[in-house]
Amino acid sequence: MIATQRSVSGSSQSPRSPSSQPYLSVSVTDPVKLGNGVQAYISYRVITKTNLPEYQGPEKIVIRRYSDFVWLRDRLFEKYKGIFIPPLPEKSAVEKFRFSAEFIEMRRQALDIFVNRIASHHELQQSEDLRTFLQADEETMERLRSQETGIFKKKPADLMQIFKDVQSKVSDVVLGKEKPVEESNPEYEKLKHYIFELENHLAEAQKHAYRLVKRHRELGQSLSDFGKAVKLLGACEGNSLGKAFSELGTKSETLSVKLQKEAHQLLMNFEEPLKDYVRAVQSIKATIAERANAFRRQCELAETTKLKEINLNKLTLMRSDKVGEAEIEYQELKAESEEATRMFEMIVRLMNEEIVRFQEQKTLDMGIAFHEFAKGQARLANGIANAWRSLIPKLEACSSSS
Amino acid sequence: MMGSDNEGFEEAHLYASKEEMENLVIDNPLNDSNSYSNYRSALSSAISDTSHPLAPSILVTPADSDPILSPPPYRDHLYHNSPTESSYFEPPPFGDNVGDVNGVENHSLNLDNFGRFSRSASWSTSSSTDSEYVKITVSNPLKEQEASNSIVPGGGTYVTYLITTRTNVPEFGGVEFSVRRRFRDVVTLSDRLAESYRGLFIPPRPDKSVVESQVMHKQEFVELRRVALEKYLRRLAAHPVIKRSDELKVFLQVQGKLPLATTTDVASRMLDGAVKLPKQLLGESSVVVAPHEVVQPAKGGRDLLRLFKELKQSVANDWGGSRPLVVEEDKEFIERKEKINDLEQQLSNVSKQAESLVKAQQDMGDTMAELGLAFIKLTKFENEEAVFNSQKARAHDMKGFATAAVKASRFYRELNAQTVEHLDTIHEYLGLMLVVHSAFSDRSSALLTVQTLLSELSSLESRAEKLEATSSKVFGPGKSRNRKIEDLKETIRATEDAKNIAIREYQRIKENNRSELERLDKEREADLLNMLKGFVHNQVGYMEKIANVWTKVVEETSYYAKENS
Repeated sequence: MIATQRSVSGSSQSPRSPSSQPYLSVSVTDPVKLGNGVQAYISYRVITKTNLPEYQGPEKIVIRRYSDFVWLRDRLFEKYKGIFIPPLPEKSAVEKFRFSAEFIEMRRQALDIFVNRIASHHELQQSEDLRTFLQADEETMERLRSQETGIFKKKPADLMQIFKDVQSKVSDVVLGKEKPVEESNPEYEKLKHYIFELENHLAEAQKHAYRLVKRHRELGQSLSDFGKAVKLLGACEGNSLGKAFSELGTKSETLSVKLQKEAHQLLMNFEEPLKDYVRAVQSIKATIAERANAFRRQCELAETTKLKEINLNKLTLMRSDKVGEAEIEYQELKAESEEATRMFEMIVRLMNEEIVRFQEQKTLDMGIAFHEFAKGQARLANGIANAWRSLIPKLEACSSSS
Repeated sequence: MMGSDNEGFEEAHLYASKEEMENLVIDNPLNDSNSYSNYRSALSSAISDTSHPLAPSILVTPADSDPILSPPPYRDHLYHNSPTESSYFEPPPFGDNVGDVNGVENHSLNLDNFGRFSRSASWSTSSSTDSEYVKITVSNPLKEQEASNSIVPGGGTYVTYLITTRTNVPEFGGVEFSVRRRFRDVVTLSDRLAESYRGLFIPPRPDKSVVESQVMHKQEFVELRRVALEKYLRRLAAHPVIKRSDELKVFLQVQGKLPLATTTDVASRMLDGAVKLPKQLLGESSVVVAPHEVVQPAKGGRDLLRLFKELKQSVANDWGGSRPLVVEEDKEFIERKEKINDLEQQLSNVSKQAESLVKAQQDMGDTMAELGLAFIKLTKFENEEAVFNSQKARAHDMKGFATAAVKASRFYRELNAQTVEHLDTIHEYLGLMLVVHSAFSDRSSALLTVQTLLSELSSLESRAEKLEATSSKVFGPGKSRNRKIEDLKETIRATEDAKNIAIREYQRIKENNRSELERLDKEREADLLNMLKGFVHNQVGYMEKIANVWTKVVEETSYYAKENS
């Protein structure tokens, strides 16, 4: 079973004692196929155990499906800009694979990790949406889910903002103005470059990891076929040589089973964590995009506020009767601008904290993954060596008898 | 295949960064100081690890050589520093147990430092335990000009090979000698042996490979052929009967032109036969098969009349009402023949699966290497871009992992190269099955000749009886009739002679078949058993190596397991 980043105590490092220390423990279990045909889907049992006062009691069990998790992720992404929201496993593309035992288990595991990461993040765990997700009845959940479907669903206001962005960009180009819409922070540039490059490297590593799983399966299959063929040859030969062949064939088939087992372990304990790493990096890219948006908004509002200020001063000098109105508008805009600046700065601060946590977490995750990989490979190699070694005395006996 | 070329380059970078890590000043206060000190100790212990991660003594297999197709050059690369001969690894093909009665005991199994299985088969080393040996080497291919082909300017070249023999067998009358031979000579040798030693399992000669010789590069083709010729001649010299044959002696020793009768092509033979046939029918040429021809099969010979007679006989055997006078009644032989057929099928099956197995092992090694390489790139990347110490720690872990993966992949490939060699025994025996079939068909064609002659004899004798009977009733010109009787009696005598020779030949071939089958069984058992031992020892040795590589990584990352539980 994979070692997960399940930390039971939310914020403190001290050892858990269930009664006094606050804790929030979640598990995603029991995948069950519901529905028919194209409409079929998997539902999961989500069990919450907690002593936090915000929750409705020590234990709660709800039924959730994949799109509920997507809702939670999208809500958190909206509310907690700057924080790296834990990644979700992908929606499956291939229909027939969607309900294979392996896929279901991999997804369940990934969803379990997802919720636990949220529950152990000192900011995210306080989210009201999390509480809703963990406690609401299915009808409420369905209602909420159908309001917001799809990742990054844009509200009309957001669409207008994007439109304005495009507009201003175009007008800038036309006017020959090169408006700096990007931060000129060398450290941040380095980070962005790092994140984008990292994704490429990780994707390649993950690709080879997946291939290695396949190789294990193929080797297992060929050992099985080889074993069968050798046994038939043994039957044909007869005498002590025939027996030797039979033993070899049987051993070969045994090893085939070991290889299939190891292939599964490799998939769950190495390839999945690597995929998870890739997803995490993609989530960071989404946060980077959010930060860029926040920066642009801040810049534009600052710009607009300044213009308003200049206009206000002009009107004041002219002693126009529009001064009062302009004053109010100016104050409103100024508040918005300050808010945008605050928002941007908060994102910057959060990201700085998050990146530190991310790097540490990933070192830990990869360390575990390497450990499991090496354990599995050592176990496999030793198993193979032992199996073949046990044949040696039998083979020696054959030659001395002939 | 990516990676094998620039691995040295990658290593240099890794070691540079190792220096960087050693000089690391740790000043970044982290939340979890506990994990941090563990990281430090893990790092320092890794740096003090002096073992060379990529041992240079493990030779890298050439990335583009396909081990399934070209084991011989492989062998040379891998064992150039081994004290024994280049055929160190050649599994003993059928017939190679020179002077060995208990062939198995002489095959000692050693596991060298790298767990590689090696066989010091006594026939490939000049061991003093051998009573006699014949060691043949084929080398030094040269292009030579056809002497008689002056019509075509610059045309008509062929390649000759230097064939060197070292022996202590007295019949050769020499200890070491060399001759130059061309491929055509080898074909001649092979044909003459096939004629003289019908019923024996004679190793098959290399193919003419007309297509390959046109398509491949000259050098490559010549080298392939050289290797094949060497293998062929060594096998001939290892066959207990063939090695004493005049044909082989003459081939190995006589300088200049090979003094063996060349084989006329089929067309010419047919033409000769066509010329002879009308004479036979008119009674001008003998209708009885000549003694020197009766010991050869009718097919491919010059005597078309004989060919027709035997064809008629074989049809009568299959479709006629009466049983022929002599049949294959050796039950043991019939059983053995069936067993051979069964064996052939199973060998073919194992051969196919063995090829799949080898491919799967190769793929495993290749993908492991690619994974290792991807992580080496990641290590470099993290080191270059590192801002946090957690990144440096991760880079260190990745490096350990990647190094192990690359090492393991090398072991897989080495294991595979040797697996190919071992399992090659199966392929060799499959090739041998064809030879066995050919020896069996020697027997059946000899039997057909006997049957034909017996039928003929009986019909001639009944004709003679009839002729004798009528003569006592009819007065008439007795001279021509007497002449006819005399001629007939002459024919009968000649046919009787031919029959006796044919029967002797048939018995001889039957005995050859029997003794060879016995030899085949014994040697096959020894060779296959050796193959199994080699295969198993090989697997054990390399799997232990691979396990060690990963166990080290388990230890190096055990910190994370403890942290997590």
